[in-house]
Amino acid sequence: MKMVNLTINNVKVSVEENTTILKAAKKFNMNIPTLCYYEDLDIKSDCRVCVVEVEGKKGLVSSCSTPVVEGMVVNTNSPRVLNARKTIVELILSNHDTNCTTCVKNLRCELQTLARTLGIDENRFPSVFEKCEIDEGNPSIQRNPNLCIKCGRCVDVCNNVQGTSVLAILGRGHNVKVSAVFDEKLSDNFCTFCGQCASVCPVGAITEKDDTDIVWRALTDPKKHVIVQVAPAVRVSLGEEVGQKVGTIVTGKMVAAMKILGFDQVFDTDFAADLTIIEEGNELIQRVTNGGVLPMMTSCCPGWINYAETRYPDILDHISSCKSPQQMFGALAKSYYPKKTGIDPKDIFVVSVMPCTAKKYEAKREEMRVDENSPDVDAVLTTRELGKMIKQMGIDFENLDEKPFDSPFGITTGAAAIFGTTGGVMEAAIRTVYEVVNKKPLEGLDFKELRGLKGIKEAEINLGGKMVKVAVAHTLSMAKILCDQVRNGTSPYAFIEIMTCLGGCIGGGGQPYGTSNTVRQERINSTYSLDASMSLRKSHENPEVIALYKDYLKEPLGKLSHHLLHTHYHDRSSKV
Amino acid sequence: MILKEILQKYPKKDDQLIEILLDYQSAKSNHYISKEEIIEIADYLGIPESKVCSVLSFYTFFSVKPRGKHIIQVCKDVPCYVSSNIDILKIIETELGILVNETTPNQQFTLEFTSCLGCCDVGPVMRINDKIYTHLTADKIKAILSEYRVNM
Amino acid sequence: MNEMKLISKRFGKINPLSIDEYIKFDGYKNLKKALSMEKIEIIDEVQKSYLRGRGGAGFPTSIKMMGLAKESNKEKFIICNADEGEPGNFKDRYLMENDPHQIIEGMIIVAFATGGTKGIIYVRGEYQKSISLLKWSIDEARKFGYLGKNILGSKFSFDIEVRSGAGSYVCGEEFALIESLEGKPGRTRVKPPFPTQSGINNKPTLINNVETFSTIPTIIEIGGANFSKIGTPSSTGTKLISLSGNVKHKGVFEIPFGVSIRDVIYELGGGIENDRKIKLVQLGGACGPIIPEYMLDMIIDFDRFEEFESKTGAGAIIVIDERFDIFTILLKVVRFFQHESCGKCTPCREGHIQLGNLIEKFIERKAMMQDIVSLESLARVIHQASLCGLGQTSPTAIISSLRYFRDDYIDRIEHPKRG
Repeated sequence: MKMVNLTINNVKVSVEENTTILKAAKKFNMNIPTLCYYEDLDIKSDCRVCVVEVEGKKGLVSSCSTPVVEGMVVNTNSPRVLNARKTIVELILSNHDTNCTTCVKNLRCELQTLARTLGIDENRFPSVFEKCEIDEGNPSIQRNPNLCIKCGRCVDVCNNVQGTSVLAILGRGHNVKVSAVFDEKLSDNFCTFCGQCASVCPVGAITEKDDTDIVWRALTDPKKHVIVQVAPAVRVSLGEEVGQKVGTIVTGKMVAAMKILGFDQVFDTDFAADLTIIEEGNELIQRVTNGGVLPMMTSCCPGWINYAETRYPDILDHISSCKSPQQMFGALAKSYYPKKTGIDPKDIFVVSVMPCTAKKYEAKREEMRVDENSPDVDAVLTTRELGKMIKQMGIDFENLDEKPFDSPFGITTGAAAIFGTTGGVMEAAIRTVYEVVNKKPLEGLDFKELRGLKGIKEAEINLGGKMVKVAVAHTLSMAKILCDQVRNGTSPYAFIEIMTCLGGCIGGGGQPYGTSNTVRQERINSTYSLDASMSLRKSHENPEVIALYKDYLKEPLGKLSHHLLHTHYHDRSSKV
Repeated sequence: MILKEILQKYPKKDDQLIEILLDYQSAKSNHYISKEEIIEIADYLGIPESKVCSVLSFYTFFSVKPRGKHIIQVCKDVPCYVSSNIDILKIIETELGILVNETTPNQQFTLEFTSCLGCCDVGPVMRINDKIYTHLTADKIKAILSEYRVNM
Repeated sequence: MNEMKLISKRFGKINPLSIDEYIKFDGYKNLKKALSMEKIEIIDEVQKSYLRGRGGAGFPTSIKMMGLAKESNKEKFIICNADEGEPGNFKDRYLMENDPHQIIEGMIIVAFATGGTKGIIYVRGEYQKSISLLKWSIDEARKFGYLGKNILGSKFSFDIEVRSGAGSYVCGEEFALIESLEGKPGRTRVKPPFPTQSGINNKPTLINNVETFSTIPTIIEIGGANFSKIGTPSSTGTKLISLSGNVKHKGVFEIPFGVSIRDVIYELGGGIENDRKIKLVQLGGACGPIIPEYMLDMIIDFDRFEEFESKTGAGAIIVIDERFDIFTILLKVVRFFQHESCGKCTPCREGHIQLGNLIEKFIERKAMMQDIVSLESLARVIHQASLCGLGQTSPTAIISSLRYFRDDYIDRIEHPKRG
C-alpha cells in the first residue's frame, strides 16, 4: 500500500493513500467533530461540521470526504475553522426544537454533544423553526420532524441499505424535509418498521414508539401477573446501554435487573426459538418429502414479513407458516402457561424485550391472538427501552448478582442462542433437520460459511443422501435478490433464511445506538461464544421443549401446534 | 389512458423521469401529477415512488396539486424589479382576484412566482405556460389576461 | 468603443432555423478543418488560446479536454451546460436563439478531439424557444451528416440530445446538472472524483458552458495563438456581456476582455435612463459583487474579478440607479438563493434565511452594530464552508456591499426607526 505524507496541525504524519483527512487525523489522535458522518454509511458531506483548512485552498474542505494528498498541510482547529463549525451548529440549532430536557434523546443526542463540545452557550441566530405534525400513526416508530436536522442518514439506510425507499428527502432549500413517500405517514407507506432509520438518527427525530409507560403501569398493577421474555440478541447488547463494553454478555445480570423491575417471571425467548426450530424444521422436512412449495423461507423476522406482504405477495406461500419465537411464546403464555399455573389468562400481561422495532408491530397483528380480545404479547420493549427502565429504577447493574431464567421457559440451547445473528436460524435448523432426516448425529456443528457479515451466504447439506442448497440473506436489499429468484422460479435453494437488519437481530433497529459493523461483529462473536459454551446445542435436545410436546402439544405440526404456533400471511401490496 | 400513451414514448430508463413528468404535466389541463400517476410512472420505470416524489418536490415546474389551465409566473428577481416602477404581481392579483400561489375558482389561472426567466433585457416579464410576455405595463397585462379569458 | 463580434457575428444576420444560411456564413467549415487535424492538435490549439470556461468559474478548457481525452472508457459524454438561470444573464439564450449551429459545431469538435461519444445539451426548462430551436437544428445537422454515424465520411460518430431542466437554478452546478440528467433532484456530489473521471452514469464527462462551445469554432478558424492575442493576458478572447437594469440599451454585447465596465455601460449601453446617477452595479449576476460608481473603471478580466473572492466570469452587468434601496436589492438576491438552494448542506440551507432576516433588520431600520458583525461572519461561513458553487458564491453581493457600501449600513443603524 502506498503511503502519503502530510502535515496535520503541524504534526508530520504518514497514512495509506485514499485515506480521508478525517480518518488520518483520528489515527493520530486528533479528533475532528462530525455530524452527518456515520461509519459504514455513504459519505454525504452535508452537515459541513467536519470542515478543515487545507493550505492553498480558499474555502474550507469537509474532512470526511477529502482524501489526503502528498504534501498536504491541514489545520483542523484554526480560528477560521472553529468559527465556521460553531456557526454551522448554531444554524442547525436555529431550525431545531431545542426543548432538550424533554427530548427522548436528551444526554445521548449527537447534536447536543456537539453543541456542548463546541462551547455554544448562546445562539446568535434567532429560531426559525416551525412546528410540524409528529407521525405517531404506527405501533413501532415515531417520527418527529421538529427535531430533524436533515443529515440524510435515515434516507441513506432506508434507500441504500434496505432498498425499501420509504423515506425520501422532499422539497429543497430551507424547506427540505425528510418524509415518507407522498408526504404521508409511515403506516400508509409500506414501511417495514425495521427501525434502522431510528438506529442511525443522531437526534430524536426518529425513535421507537416508547412503551415503557405501559409496562410500568402493568408492573405496578397488583392484579396483573407480568411475565417477560427476552430475545437472544438482547443479552449481547444490553450491556452497552448500562455502561458495559461492546459485546459483553450480561444474561444473568439482565435477568436479575428485570426481577428488580418487578416482573413476576423472567423467561427466555430462546426457548421459543428452540420450539420454532422443531416446528419449522419439521415443516421443511414435510415440504421436501411431500413436494411442497420450495424454497421454504424463514418467518421469524417481522420486518421481512412486512416486506414480503407488501412487495412480494406472490411468494407468500414460500414463507414458513411458523410464528416467530416472540409470538410462539406469546401464544403459549396465554394458553399453556395459565393451564399449568392456574392463573387466569386475563390477568397475565406478557412483555417482550426485543432488539427490534418491527416486533412492536408484529405483536399488534390480528393473527397474533389466542383470545381475540387481547394480544398474546401485550407490550414490546426494545433493548434501549429496557436500558431506560433499568436507569429509571436506579439499578446498579454492574454489581448485580446473576440470576437464571425461570421455568417452564428457561432452559435453552446453543442453537437458540445464535438465532439473533444472520445465519443463526439456518445453522440451528440444519443442526436439527440433519439429525431428524439422516437419523445420525451431525459431526461438526459449526457452519462457518453461514456466519459473518457477507450479504448473501450459501451452504450445502446432505439430507437423506441428497445434497440440498440453502442460503442466508440479511438486509432487505440482499433479500430482494433472493426473492426475485424465487419469484422467477430460478432459486436454486431448498431453504432460505432472511433477516431484515444488517447482521441480523444483533444489528436490529431497537439495539443500542452506535451500531457499526465493528460493533455488529463484536455482538456476533459473543453470540457464537455463548453457543460454544452451552452444554445443549441442538433445539431437539431441549428438555423443556420435549416436555412441552409430551404434556401439551403432542407432536410437531399437530393440531394444537397449528392453532397456537402457526399463522398465515396477507397480500398487502395495494398502494391506493 | 393518456399517461400510458406518453409513457410508451420513453425507454424504461430512470433517467427519463424528468422528461416524462414534464411531458405529461404539460399535456394535462390542470398541470399536476397525482398520487396514482406517480405510482404508475414509478412502476413503468421500475423506480421507487419516493424517487418520483423527491423529483416532483425539488423542481419548481412540478406540482402535486391541481393548478389552473394557465399558469402565470411572475419574475421576482432584481433586473425585472429595477426595470419598472409598477408592481406586476399586485396588478395581476387584483385583476384575477387571487393571491400568489392560488388558483382562480374557475380553474383557469394559477399565479406563481418564478426565478429569473433570462429576459432581463426586456423586463419586466411574465410567463403564461410556455409563452413569455415582455415589457409589461399595467395596460398590457390587462390586455393579455383578457385575451386568455376570451379564449376560455 | 465598438463591439468585437467573433461568436455573435451571425446574430441577426442569418435565420437561425436555416442550416443553409449557417453553412453559407462559414458554418461547419471549422468542423471540416478539425476533422482533418490530429486530435491532440485540436486540444493544443485550445491550450494555446488560453480559453477559460465562460460559465462563471473560468477553468481552462484545454485541461478539461485533456482530462477527458486521457480517459479510456468506451463511452464519454460531452455536455453543454445551457442551464442559464443566474438573474441578469441571458447571453446563452441569445447564442441558442440566434446561432444554434455554432454550439453544435463546437460540441462536435470537442467530442472529436476528446473521444466523446454522446452529447447532451441541458437547457433550462424556461427556455422553450431555445429547446425547440436546438432540437430542430440537431435534426438538420444530422440530415447534413454533421451528426450521427461516420460524420462527414470519417470514422468518427457522435450525436447530441437536448434535455430540459424543470425549474432549478442549482442544476447549473456541474454535478447537480449530472444528477438532474440522471433523473434525480439536482443535488451536487462529493468531489473528487471530478466529472471528467466519473460523471453521468459514472462515465467520464466533460461539461462546458454554451459560450465556451460557441467559441471553439472560432479558435479552430483563427488558431489558438491568434485568439490568445485578443483580450488580456489572463483572460483571452472575447466575452458576451448581458447588460441589464437601468441602462438605455439593454442586451447582449460582445467585447474583448480588458474593456472597462464604464465603457460597456456608457458606450454600448448608452448610459443611464434619464441620466440618473448610478447607485450600484452588480457584476456577473446574483452571485457577483456589488460595486459603486467610482469603481466602474475596473476592467472585465477573470483575475481582476477574483479579487472579490468570487468567480464572476459569466459576464452580466446589472446597473441600478439611485432610486433604489441597496438593502431591497440585497434581500432579493438573498431570497433568490434561499429559494434555489438545494438544501443539502447546512450553511446554504439554513444560512440564507438568516442572512435575509439580518438584511430585513436594515430595511426596517432595526439593526445594531452587532448585526453587521453577524452578517459579515455568516456570509463568510456560507462562502467558505458550503458544499457547492451556489453557497460558495451566493454571499458575494453581501460581502462586497459591506466593503463598498458600509456607510449605508451605518446610516441605517444611526437612524433607527422611531417608535
